Amino acid sequence: MAYDKLIFELSKEGKKAYRLPPLDVDDIDVEELIPEEYLNKEELDLPEVSEVDVIRHYTNLSNKNYGVDTGFYPLGSCTMKYNPKINEDMSRLEGFVNLHPLQGEDCIQGSLQLMYELEKALCEIAGMDRMTLQPAAGAHGELTGLMIIKAYHEKRGDSKRNKIIVPDSAHGTNPATAAMAGYKPIEVKSTDKGIVDVESLKEVIGDGEDIAGLMLTNPNTLGLFEKDIVEIARLIHDAGGLLYYDGANANAILGRARPGDMGFDVVHFNIHKTFSTPHGGGGPGAGPVGVKEHLVEFLPTPMVEKDGDRYYLDYDYPNTIGKVKDFYGHFSILVRAYSYILTMGRDGLKKVAETAVLNANYLLSQLKDDYYLPIDTLYKHEFVLGGLKGDNLEATTLDVAKRLLDYGFHPPTVYFPLIIREALMIEPTETESKQTLDEFAKAMKEIAEEARTNVKLLKEAPHNTIVRRPDEVKAARNPVLKYEG
Amino acid sequence: MYPYISITPEDEQEMLKAIGLASVDELFEDIPEEVRLNRDLDLEESKSELEVRAYLRELANKNCSLDQMTCFLGSGAYDHYIPSVVNHIISRSEFYTSYTPYQPEISQGTLQYIFEYQTLICNLTGMEVSNASLYDGGTAIAEAALMAAAVARKKDVIISKSVRPEARRILKTYAHIQDLNIIEVDIAEGVTDLEKLKSLVNDDTAAVIIQSPNFFGLIEDLEEAAKIAHKGRRTSFIASVDPISLGILKRPGELGADIVVGEGQGMGIPLSFGGPYLGFMAANKDYMRKLPGRIVGQTEDMEGKRSFVLTLTAREQHIRREKATSNICSNQGLNTLAATVYLVTLGKEGLREVALQSTKKAYYAMKKLTESGKYKPLFNKPFFKEFALTSDIEPEVINKKLRDENIIGGYDLGQDYPQYKNAILYAVTEKRTKAEIDRLSSILEGI
Amino acid sequence: MSVLKDLYYTKDHEWLRVEGDEAYIGITDFAQEQLGDIVYVELPEVDDEFDKDEAFSAVESVKAASDIYMPVDGVILEVNEELVDAPELLNTDPYENWIVKIEIRDKSQLDELLTSAEYEDYLAEEV
Repeated sequence: MAYDKLIFELSKEGKKAYRLPPLDVDDIDVEELIPEEYLNKEELDLPEVSEVDVIRHYTNLSNKNYGVDTGFYPLGSCTMKYNPKINEDMSRLEGFVNLHPLQGEDCIQGSLQLMYELEKALCEIAGMDRMTLQPAAGAHGELTGLMIIKAYHEKRGDSKRNKIIVPDSAHGTNPATAAMAGYKPIEVKSTDKGIVDVESLKEVIGDGEDIAGLMLTNPNTLGLFEKDIVEIARLIHDAGGLLYYDGANANAILGRARPGDMGFDVVHFNIHKTFSTPHGGGGPGAGPVGVKEHLVEFLPTPMVEKDGDRYYLDYDYPNTIGKVKDFYGHFSILVRAYSYILTMGRDGLKKVAETAVLNANYLLSQLKDDYYLPIDTLYKHEFVLGGLKGDNLEATTLDVAKRLLDYGFHPPTVYFPLIIREALMIEPTETESKQTLDEFAKAMKEIAEEARTNVKLLKEAPHNTIVRRPDEVKAARNPVLKYEG
Repeated sequence: MYPYISITPEDEQEMLKAIGLASVDELFEDIPEEVRLNRDLDLEESKSELEVRAYLRELANKNCSLDQMTCFLGSGAYDHYIPSVVNHIISRSEFYTSYTPYQPEISQGTLQYIFEYQTLICNLTGMEVSNASLYDGGTAIAEAALMAAAVARKKDVIISKSVRPEARRILKTYAHIQDLNIIEVDIAEGVTDLEKLKSLVNDDTAAVIIQSPNFFGLIEDLEEAAKIAHKGRRTSFIASVDPISLGILKRPGELGADIVVGEGQGMGIPLSFGGPYLGFMAANKDYMRKLPGRIVGQTEDMEGKRSFVLTLTAREQHIRREKATSNICSNQGLNTLAATVYLVTLGKEGLREVALQSTKKAYYAMKKLTESGKYKPLFNKPFFKEFALTSDIEPEVINKKLRDENIIGGYDLGQDYPQYKNAILYAVTEKRTKAEIDRLSSILEGI
Repeated sequence: MSVLKDLYYTKDHEWLRVEGDEAYIGITDFAQEQLGDIVYVELPEVDDEFDKDEAFSAVESVKAASDIYMPVDGVILEVNEELVDAPELLNTDPYENWIVKIEIRDKSQLDELLTSAEYEDYLAEEV
């Protein structure tokens, strides 16, 4: 029987997992310090457990999880690469971890130097002029980037530009960010080859007077390089708009191509994808944003500058969009990223891209006999299948995904991008071995065979997991969002 | 070979053959010639672990960490004690190397701790629903304001000048893109001027935002502020609170808050030079389907077993796209786990004791530091763990002297409040000892 | 897929049943089938006013969410409170379970809506 307790169910009056030293100053009743009307008279509604309870409980919970350290995690567009252990150690160095963000400048020189050097390295990788390390995540980077684009148009008095163009294959964050930034997102269609349709883009741009910019992922969410990027950039720039690069898929082009050289004005990187920092079960990540020279004045403050041997925080940006986050960003995530960049170096980063692309195309070659491949071409870091091959199959992509769990693999991203029916989006990353890819391909082939001969196995999958297809409809109709005892 | 790349040269040849290509270069032929990078990146060569470790250690050693210094600085980030268990749990790679729990069958660990976290936050704040967390305390205020404005379909947001200045700056940045009007209420003797607030609230008010304990450490009258806020039509009252203070202070839910947000760094998360931290957000049930960010719910699986899933996802960007509540698509994952482990480790008695010791030590420090009359309290109001002192000496001089004595001094309030020139905000947590406070006092006397 | 006679329809898959100057509005069988298991219906408040094509409600399933648009200008007279606790009623019988009752401001706008025959043709063409 699998462990099935909530921490609250372990609580027993009188248990303690914590001890403070005795109070060594005058023990005055709190009622004499703070007026009673402000004080909580009731007991706190928190559990009472011992330290052993805490450790056992959360260790048991961890055993119900699947991580990159457990096995293959081919989630498309998520870049679930291995998280190097030295990065974790470096982020926990005392000098980094026990540092208050508001300490005097002479106390924080090491952190400022790290941020300065990391910014330089990321700018070189992206082909941009300056980069803010402040944004907390990819979506936050997108928002910061669109704020910068907005500030650019506003400063020019160009107030008619209220639209952001987003391809129909884009991640849902793009239109959500555009709307949050006060823009109307408009969709541009993809061709049957899966890339932006330049003719359709021209139509969407029209006379261009209301276009603030275009958001593009390149390679895109299908894993295809937008080969018309130079033409796309020219069309947008001619219309007076700016180009935003969603760096979700930057892993494929490290050292091989740079968004800055493609004509992008603003770029964000997902540090937790491309630069190997752990996903942490949903965060924290980091989403630094780089810009070309003409947008530097709008960056959020502070920026780290260097004067001789001294590093300092520069708030002197009169046209800044302002602050987007507390303090300077997710510093300890940035330490991990810098540790990774130092480790891989210029040669290793290029090898990362090459191997990521090799792995994706190899895995595709092993799967296309059994799975429908809507666009048969050269892919970059990931590829998208359109479900099982064959007519009148009952099994759906969801069933394939659930059955993969029985084989011990994390399923790929499913039902995205929206423009491919029954999509299975697979990104193996460079850290996986050929053996792993072969084992995964074998499992996928066996599942395809099962779909033809014993579909029940798929329909009722997973069979071996601790829970099986939890009821999401029930969860949403009658939400139970906290423990009621 | 590189340690994190598992393909051998032999593998490479076999794989290229299977793809039908002759070289790795051919894998990149779809990138147009004019945008290919035909040179090496201008970065250093790859390095061994030993070399990387040595270099980063050198950088870390250039900082003066709290291991060498005694910290009396707070102002939004606090030096609270982190029990050993926290780091041990969050270092389990089943937690930190996992992705967002989209596949519930193999993510019950993550889903359950988020469910426990939501419960703890609700119980602590006295609210009905909590999300799975936001980036930090500052952006949580901004997200709360946007949500309130969307719910009320109004544009005016009132915020007190006693709210942490950096959080107000973030709010202004966010407000600009959504065309919200930010109206700041003045302070009187360190707390929100409630008479002024009364005169500002009207039917156009989407939200009123108050922080308590406020930036100066003073306890605000949330109950009265909530009553005033609710004079507006569909006006949300947003309270930003220090979760540690809820060890002794009344829960904002009982004082009339509609939305409660705050910075969760004090709950087991290291200072780390400013991040990553933890923004929490809890609210009344009315806001349940409008909350930004992820939410976990309890349900049953095919066999009727209790299990957990991400729920109410129709609010989120991957379904709603441009109509989503917010564009956020992460939570603070691992820091949520740290806060969960922290809260259950402290438990019913521990959190209260941390709060009590912080308060009693802060009051002791205030008394000790003002004894001679050289330093005077800036305000004469009840506070939690921070208090402001003023003197004739410039903060820069004081903090430089303290720095020489391995003490991190308080925050110079004149940076954000010109009227409080020469005032310093000191923070005292349960970690500070009587000896450290006495030493601070004697050094200050000597300046 | 059922399409009832005597109702007006929109291309966004809403139906409208007119009774004098008032009308009931709901979603069609096609709409509920596309959405799947409906888990929540967001309702407007009584007396709220909406223009034609303005979103006045939203219907959510686990995997999708859809705004519901006003077929004509109108004022909300009544909302179907039953849907708060039982949103699945829209799946069971989308024509019986209306979402709101409105007062029609301009009856001439009805002419711009689809008849049941036109809606059937539209479904046949588009789907």
